[in-house]
Amino acid sequence: MADQRFSGIRINGLYKIFGSHPEDYIDAVKTGLSKTDLLNKHAHVLGLRDINLDIPSGCIQVIMGLSGSGKSTLIRHINRLIDPTAGEVLVDGVDIVKMNEQALREFRRQQTAMVFQKFALLPHRTVLENTVYGLEIQGMPRSKSNDIAMRWLERVGLKGFEQRYPNQLSGGMQQRVGLARALANDAPVLLMDEAYSALDPLIRVDMQSVLLDIQKEIKKTIVFITHDLDEALRLGDQIAILRDGEIIQQGSSQDIVLRPQDEYIANFVREVNRGRVVQVDAVMTPFQLGHKVSGPTIASGTSLEEAAQLLCRWPDGEVAVTGANGERLGLINLRRVVEAMVCFQNQPLNGLAGATPDSGAQAVS
Amino acid sequence: MDWFDKFPHMDDESLRTLKKTIDEGFRSFTRAYGDGIEDLFTPLKVFLSFTERLMIQTPWPIVIAVILLLVWFASRSHKVVIGALVALLAIGYFDMWEDTMRTASMIFVCTILSVALGIPIGIWMARSDRVQRIINPVLDIMQTMPSFVYLIPVVMLLGIGKVPGLIAVVIYSIPPMIRLTNLGIRLVDKDVLEAADAFGSSSFQKLRNVQLPLALPTIMTGVNQTIMMALAMVVVAAMIGVQGLGQPVLKAISNQYFTLGIFNGLAIVGLAIVFDRATQAYGKRIQKHMENQHG
Repeated sequence: MADQRFSGIRINGLYKIFGSHPEDYIDAVKTGLSKTDLLNKHAHVLGLRDINLDIPSGCIQVIMGLSGSGKSTLIRHINRLIDPTAGEVLVDGVDIVKMNEQALREFRRQQTAMVFQKFALLPHRTVLENTVYGLEIQGMPRSKSNDIAMRWLERVGLKGFEQRYPNQLSGGMQQRVGLARALANDAPVLLMDEAYSALDPLIRVDMQSVLLDIQKEIKKTIVFITHDLDEALRLGDQIAILRDGEIIQQGSSQDIVLRPQDEYIANFVREVNRGRVVQVDAVMTPFQLGHKVSGPTIASGTSLEEAAQLLCRWPDGEVAVTGANGERLGLINLRRVVEAMVCFQNQPLNGLAGATPDSGAQAVS
Repeated sequence: MDWFDKFPHMDDESLRTLKKTIDEGFRSFTRAYGDGIEDLFTPLKVFLSFTERLMIQTPWPIVIAVILLLVWFASRSHKVVIGALVALLAIGYFDMWEDTMRTASMIFVCTILSVALGIPIGIWMARSDRVQRIINPVLDIMQTMPSFVYLIPVVMLLGIGKVPGLIAVVIYSIPPMIRLTNLGIRLVDKDVLEAADAFGSSSFQKLRNVQLPLALPTIMTGVNQTIMMALAMVVVAAMIGVQGLGQPVLKAISNQYFTLGIFNGLAIVGLAIVFDRATQAYGKRIQKHMENQHG
């Protein structure tokens, strides 16, 4: 694959201040001027403060936050639709902040593709003509780009709709066109700005499956913006939570649900169906030799919900959790699984926090 | 309290000198550069004479067939085509065919000129707020200044004839073209423009793929308005020697020939309705894809 050597995205010390003279206040903001003070005393809006993010190649990074948290501003820094006030954005090792206009245009054509909340399709073009848009901009001959576009349209389930106009399609179908247009570009970075927020819940889940399914093949580096925690937990390999322009926690979905950094995140997490997010690894006890094990085994990474279904048939015994090579990692029983699913306090879970494979929860203050 | 009852004005002597100086300045400018400027417009004159001859010398059934064909392609509507046919036959039957062809050729050239000048100016205006701030008042002046007033310098420079008439008509009819091009481009959805940027469009690619196509319905309204305003100028243009339906109207005014005036006036109206329905129907047709919104 062409993007195998793609080294991911790295954002270092990114600041964005909106206003007429942002450079005058950047030092004050760096040394601690608050967002409210900046707005009230200087009439400038702090968009982003000290964002540091490391997105490895092939990973889905979800950036979650409520409206006004700066998430859409952040994603627009990755293809520099918005210029930062300070900081660097390294995509595949190159700082795009330093690029001139022409280099930036070339970068956008080759390295990134974007899906938009409001679809942003060209209303005067058919579905097929919309899908080839990115390739047309690159200067690819139509005969070649049509083939690629047709392949992606078929992949997102729009075969037979090529000659329709966007306004003849439902919202979900329009966003499939948006997705096909982005995928046709074959860029290593896929930016999705609240791509599914305008869709109704069933279609949204459907589209999440489409994305996860396609991602298994294409292994792009995806940055996905959402305000929906369920969506974030379902899609994200990594999740960063943004509030008032600052990242207040980043880590895996397990980290967010099991170890919310503060009250704000804890409030979010309370509404989540833990059975689907938390994995057995988080609640198992370490395996000890000589332990009596009965019945089946459960694979590491299984969700509590699935584990509970299996364990219903072994309500009294201890069951082994096994790793990828069949080695026994720990033990689990129905009681602990159910306890973890319905229990909102962290105490019983924290005991084994260190045992989870991806417990690199790092908090950014 | 003399100044209170009577507006204190510039004294008569200085006022007279001021007017005289400006007039003389312009007159000497005309003498020095008039010929050169006239040469500049020669291609326009050739083009205008060519279209006029083409439309008059071609046998009338062919001209009608071509016009109806164009109307059909623009509107795809039987009603509009039949209406155009009736209007053209009536015009010919009342012996106004030649004058109508002269006027139509004039309007045709004027529209081409307005589109060719108006769209680039409109685009330029849409791209820069400063340009918009400068051009807008100029357009206001062009639209509100009585046309007789700017006929004076045009006639002084270029004399009486087709070309000065054409220039006067273009000055009067180009503002809607410029304004609506500007407006159409400025109204293009910001989200779609952002998408074009995100995919790395150059500014020319954005113009060609996004801005102009999405502004096209508004631009077509501009073309329609330009044609209507040009037709409204036909009689004024006739005063400086433009032949066509305007001249019989002038003759009718000075001699009080009521019927002659009405006939030629109605011919102008007929021409206007044909042009208007055809261009409007075309404008609607290119917006087809905007319709049948999906809930």
